Amino acid sequence: MRTENTTGKTAISLFDAAHRGRTASFALVILLYAVLRAMQAGGGLSSLFTSLLVPVTCYIVAAIGLNLNVGVSGELNLGQAGFMSVGAFTAVCVSGRLAATLPVPALRLVIAIILGAAAAALFGFLIGIPVLKLQGDYLAIVTLAFGQIIKSLITNMYLGFDANGFQFSFVENKCKLEPGGKMLLNGPMGATGTERIATFTAGTVLIIAALFIVYNLIYSKSGRAIMAARDNRIAAELTGINISSTKMLSFVVSAGLAGSAGALYGLNYSTLVPNKFDFNTSILILVYVVLGGLGNMTGTIISTIVLVLLPELLRSLQDYRMLIYAVVLIMIMLLTNNEKVKTFFKTVRSRFVKTAAAGGKEAA
Amino acid sequence: MEFLSYLINGLGLGSVYAIIALGYTMVYGIAKMLNFAHGDVIMIGAYVAFFALTGLGLPLIPAVLLAMLVCTAMGVIIERLAYKPLRQASSLAVLITAIGVSYFLQNGAQLLWSSSTKVFPAVISSGFFSLGSLSISYLTLITIAVCILVMAGLTLFVNRTKTGSAMRACSEDKGAATLMGINVNFIISVTFAIGSGLAAIASVLLCSTYPSVFPTLGAMPGIKAFTAAVFGGIGSIPGAFLGGLLLGVIEILAKAYISTQLSDAIVFAVLIVVLLIKPAGLLGRKMSEKV
Amino acid sequence: MSGEKKLLLDVQGVGIDFGGLTAVQNLNLKVYEGEIVGLIGPNGAGKTTVFNMLTKVYQPSRGKIIFDGMDLEKKNIVETNRAGIARTFQNIRLFSGLSVLDNVMTGYHNSITYSPFAAVLRTPAFRRQERETEAKAKELLKIMELDQVMNVTAGNLPYGAQRRLEIARALATGPKLLLLDEPAAGMNPQETEELMRMIRLIRDSFGVSILLIEHDMKLVMGICERITVLNYGMRLAQGTPEEIQANPEVIKAYLGD
Repeated sequence: MRTENTTGKTAISLFDAAHRGRTASFALVILLYAVLRAMQAGGGLSSLFTSLLVPVTCYIVAAIGLNLNVGVSGELNLGQAGFMSVGAFTAVCVSGRLAATLPVPALRLVIAIILGAAAAALFGFLIGIPVLKLQGDYLAIVTLAFGQIIKSLITNMYLGFDANGFQFSFVENKCKLEPGGKMLLNGPMGATGTERIATFTAGTVLIIAALFIVYNLIYSKSGRAIMAARDNRIAAELTGINISSTKMLSFVVSAGLAGSAGALYGLNYSTLVPNKFDFNTSILILVYVVLGGLGNMTGTIISTIVLVLLPELLRSLQDYRMLIYAVVLIMIMLLTNNEKVKTFFKTVRSRFVKTAAAGGKEAA
Repeated sequence: MEFLSYLINGLGLGSVYAIIALGYTMVYGIAKMLNFAHGDVIMIGAYVAFFALTGLGLPLIPAVLLAMLVCTAMGVIIERLAYKPLRQASSLAVLITAIGVSYFLQNGAQLLWSSSTKVFPAVISSGFFSLGSLSISYLTLITIAVCILVMAGLTLFVNRTKTGSAMRACSEDKGAATLMGINVNFIISVTFAIGSGLAAIASVLLCSTYPSVFPTLGAMPGIKAFTAAVFGGIGSIPGAFLGGLLLGVIEILAKAYISTQLSDAIVFAVLIVVLLIKPAGLLGRKMSEKV
Repeated sequence: MSGEKKLLLDVQGVGIDFGGLTAVQNLNLKVYEGEIVGLIGPNGAGKTTVFNMLTKVYQPSRGKIIFDGMDLEKKNIVETNRAGIARTFQNIRLFSGLSVLDNVMTGYHNSITYSPFAAVLRTPAFRRQERETEAKAKELLKIMELDQVMNVTAGNLPYGAQRRLEIARALATGPKLLLLDEPAAGMNPQETEELMRMIRLIRDSFGVSILLIEHDMKLVMGICERITVLNYGMRLAQGTPEEIQANPEVIKAYLGD
């Protein structure tokens, strides 16, 4: 989007640029929602695809957040699943605790998502303090480490509540509840018996909210500062930009979005194990971002959808599907970085633009 | 006495991490890439060794040599096919490709050998060495000895041979190395070959300690060893050695004295603290930017 | 000489060591308000190091830097900019992925007051400030003759335009002192001529003082009111362009023994 505006005599302000990218993403999301809803109503969606609707929206939101971090801010984050995990288990606990007192599921869902996002953002802030002192690959490894720590901690958490309030322990048999109490977290077993209140509509609204936040942030003072810090740290500092607070902003927003995504994900399943949000999940989301294009939110949405569906579409190939998935991944990286392929697409594009321009002139 | 035996067991586990970490650190030092598929090369080594020992009935040493041969070849082939075309690409593209290779190896292994766990035969003596109340398994002692041998051999290779000094030159400045007539592609291949060969050795030691062989067995040791490499200062060979040993010791001590379940959290927390104090790892060099 | 003018920058006995090596030794340098001062010297004399100390990229080992009545000792890089020092770089450092316009708008970072929340909610304050900033940035681009390329990605600009953009970005931060590190490097005589005119214009219309490092003697002698010559990290001479040109020590340093 932004980088495509390399030529042109008249000024395209930030607002115009923002509008273009934004319009495309929002239009895509709304269109997909309408089409899928229509297909669902007409019975055109298999149960498998229906079951994928909510998870796809979750991954999209987490990937949009990560793209702010990796694409816009330029920091490699290998722990996005950790923030999803914090959001997921917070939301599941909140929803479980409120189940009896607040019978309206939609309201509970909103509260759970907001608290899940807030908890993840808080974690992002706390983790950001040490993490953002580091640079490059060292920053990446620390986010990986934090992802592992979060997983390891949640795997060992036992949380329940009874008449005496919340009971919490890191040791299974120390978390004793009065009769009538309810376990919310069960160590490696995670959360069980969760009421499934997540919906595809909620997921779509969440994507739109995420896009709204991320685009508005990018096309503002903060976004310019984030990209300035990415492009040239020293020049940014000498332009009066505080690098730590700038990077912190993108890190916290990214974590918060991952938290909201996790929250929705957690409330979509009756059981959720902490192992769901491991290093592989972080990597998976990173793959969505890189294939979708750094800083390109529309691309992120498309690549997430394609890559979540790909293994399912390859289901007929049975055991070979993940192998083919891996090959596809490698081939895409090799092809998109191949000079010959790049030049080919450049020529095609410039020819297309020339033809379009010529056509435009003729019409005028 | 109890503490001493934990310490030695920690050094044993750390030795395995150190050998794997050498693969990460050498590749990073020269190709400047995080090779996330390295852990899966260990897995391949484990399967090859397993079949050599049980299927072919080979004795230990030939089985290890065969595993090394296969892993070395695989390392070089992977580099040629998947990483070499990306020399000029962004580090993220290389990272994602490495992840793709990792998926490929894991799923390939699952197809070829099924996901069910195979029990690695106890080929290294299961006896114990006793000294007063202290008792240590021979396996641990052998592991530590192998690690020291590998480390010494590698140090000699890097510092005393022509290829070794070419490797050091490449890690300093690839452009300048090329101008000096060094074949950088060849050096990168050698680096992958050595790292992968060492992964095969590590796989046999690892599977002798934890005797189960399955397609994702390399993932966790891979991440731990990568952590060890960063811990010691990624790119530094002595750093990988030190980082691996420390990581093993911390892990075993944390398991023994604090909590088995939380030992991973503790290991990674220590890594973070170390990086905050020494941002380039224990023996790493801080690169400063010229303004 | 500049008695009636206010002293803006006062460098007192500043020096810096790298390891055991002294890069700059006991440097004294004064810049008064509205002045254009040149800092010249052979390669490796420590000129850029002086800039790096003034902007706190490096912390001086000795001496004092007083800027606009403030001691800069405790200030970090960001704070020196906020105090009113802006600079360009010998090896150009633009925000290469941003457009020319956005590079300059980034320069206005600290004069924009809305919060990230206001940005997300697109409040009236946000809209007003963005509009104003954009207008100011475009004005500045016009002065620097970059208004024709304002939507070009900065990294794709030709060399001379990149140098001018760096100056525009530095000016956007609202400095009292502008440090230019070899602004004419890589420019042809015609471009250099144009640059000289621009530097004078900047001084006159923005009221900034300028301290510049330059190898192009035509430029230095043409626009600098005073010149300090650095050699081996030490001040070799100081004076008006005429005095410097006549100074035998300077000639010796440049031409060799």
